[in-house]
Amino acid sequence: MTTLTLSRALNEGLRKALENDPKALIMGEDVGKLGGVFRVTDGLQKDFGEARVIDTPLAESGIIGTAIGLALRGYRPICEIQFDGFVFPAFDQIVSQLAKMRYRSLGKLSLPIVIRIPFGGGIGAVEHHSESPEALFAHTPGLRVVACGDPAEAFSMIQQAVISDDPVIFFEPKRRYWDKAEVDIAGGLAAALPMDRARTLAAGTDATVLTYGPMVRTCAEAAVAASKDGRSIEVIDLRSLAPLDTETIFASVRRTGRCIVVHEATVSGGIGAEIAAQVTQECFYQLEAPVLRVGGYSTPYPPSRLEEYYLPDLDRVLDAVDRSLGY
Amino acid sequence: MTVNDAGRAASLSGGRESDQPPVARGSSAELIQLLTPEGERIEHRGYPLEISAEEIKSLYRDLVIVRRIDFEAIALQRQGELGIWASLLGQEAAQVGSARALEPRDMAFPTYREHGVAWCRGLDPMKLLELFRGVSHGGWDPKAHNFHLYTIVIGSQTLHATGYAMGIQRDGAVGEDGEAVIAYFGDGATSQGDVNEAFIWSSVTNAPVVFFCQNNQWAISEPLERQSRVPLYLRAQGFGFPGVQVDGNDVLACLAVTRKAMKAAREGQGPTLIEAYTYRMGAHTTTDDPTRYRLSAELESWKLKDPIARVKQYLIRSELADMQFFDQIDAEADEVGTRVRKACQEMPDPRPLSMFDHVYTSQSRPLEAERAEFADYLDSFVGEEAAR
Repeated sequence: MTTLTLSRALNEGLRKALENDPKALIMGEDVGKLGGVFRVTDGLQKDFGEARVIDTPLAESGIIGTAIGLALRGYRPICEIQFDGFVFPAFDQIVSQLAKMRYRSLGKLSLPIVIRIPFGGGIGAVEHHSESPEALFAHTPGLRVVACGDPAEAFSMIQQAVISDDPVIFFEPKRRYWDKAEVDIAGGLAAALPMDRARTLAAGTDATVLTYGPMVRTCAEAAVAASKDGRSIEVIDLRSLAPLDTETIFASVRRTGRCIVVHEATVSGGIGAEIAAQVTQECFYQLEAPVLRVGGYSTPYPPSRLEEYYLPDLDRVLDAVDRSLGY
Repeated sequence: MTVNDAGRAASLSGGRESDQPPVARGSSAELIQLLTPEGERIEHRGYPLEISAEEIKSLYRDLVIVRRIDFEAIALQRQGELGIWASLLGQEAAQVGSARALEPRDMAFPTYREHGVAWCRGLDPMKLLELFRGVSHGGWDPKAHNFHLYTIVIGSQTLHATGYAMGIQRDGAVGEDGEAVIAYFGDGATSQGDVNEAFIWSSVTNAPVVFFCQNNQWAISEPLERQSRVPLYLRAQGFGFPGVQVDGNDVLACLAVTRKAMKAAREGQGPTLIEAYTYRMGAHTTTDDPTRYRLSAELESWKLKDPIARVKQYLIRSELADMQFFDQIDAEADEVGTRVRKACQEMPDPRPLSMFDHVYTSQSRPLEAERAEFADYLDSFVGEEAAR
């Protein structure tokens, strides 16, 4: 076991991916000499060369469009979008081309491309640097959408994403990049949980809290705080947002009878809304309370001096738990 | 030379050959033409073309057949057999000339109008009709003929072509007997960000890709003046690679110009922009009405530059072909037309449940559940013809 930051764990995972598959490539803005603005690709260009770790021109549609061409030629590109709010110039290539190529070709073409996106707020940034656009991608058939929550998960999930023959949108919780934890970098993927399964972080009996990405830590801390008040909260890290691991979600909610979804993204039309609909349909007779959502308000991301009010935190999660238990 | 060395050398010298000014290589200030509208063969120093009578006759055959397929498809749309059709009428020479310049190992990335290129690559025209009938979104195997799927969003495929060319570089397949890529697009597409990004990417990476722009003068109803204030081929200069303008209705010139550009790309000299100056003789698609936005006089003037008539004139004038040859080609085209018509009419609709296939490598559980629910729903129509 090695103690690594989440950023470093991703770096080690990417290193493994490049070592294991000579067709794997990294491409993006400033990913080479600089090692990425969050240092996730630090040192990889030095070790794997400029043909495999590519500093691209500054154009996101170009990054994804050329990655598609490289994948058609047999390569396995891992693209970095520098910040969540910069993915939109590439949105057309992702939604209209990347997501649909397998379907268009009746299964004859695969595009094994990973798009890494640092997402979420809490870092005091200017506009476009704190967003959570995951629902836009989860709404698009053909894409797999995942989010990692801690260093060990980051290490294994990025490798699983690279191996996937389907395109993967890989969300990284940017405010957790410097969180440290033990990671088994010598361990293989055989023991790792499959990428499309949720994991139960803390078992509980009174309510189920579903979350992912930067809110995993927040919700884990909320569960500890709740336990001091004698409340047993089950925390589930969804990991995969498309497809959702509904089996794990339903099993937990059927036991606890209460469900709270927590994410930074705007609640309207979000992942929580989808989960609420599905849980209501499948767990109707076991529910003791309506499914509650805790998330960003339906405003654009506010200026950073206001973000602490916009973002869910431990108290807002506990408040939702209280409300749920109040029914 | 490694990929990175090549890219760096290109960026340092601003071009490919250090003894030439950065933007001058191959850039022409004239319309390249080897066969006049009257069918007169002319020579061009920069584009010598050694071609046998048999080859010219075979080009003529392709031109006539693809026009016939197009004619048949328009008729099929009018009769309700196709949902829509994008006619290539007038652009046969640009497509056949450029496509016949490709080697089998080269890769082509088309838009949705490249029926002539598809034919020359060996794709069964029925695969195109499947798309326009609504039976599939394409579905052919791009690797079988090195002919990628039609791309409908304007300009997107130029980036795919560039990325594919970057893959060729990484495979070490540039140089003698190298491979190259050709990206097709139209005049309207030159306004798209993706096309401009493809120009930038291919330039700074020195990627083996040829950009073949069929300037057919009209982007649905918008004339070229809405897209550009300079001739399109001149755009290449600003990106740092050569641009050339060719008579797009001259199959020999399109062949010669594309051959030269593809050879340069295969050998590691990077991209070229070819502007094939042509005209969309028909509507944008069968749903369009060009009489609302252009004058018939314009159409009449372009009829005099017809890409097929000039080849026929040349063959007759040079006594390379007799009437028997032309009759034989017409008969063959009729045969292809009849086959296309029959196969289109007999094409079955896909089964309803097939819409759930090929979304992911392996079916996701939520999608599997939706599919099962839909299957049960279909089965609920007891006594009716099995719908699944």
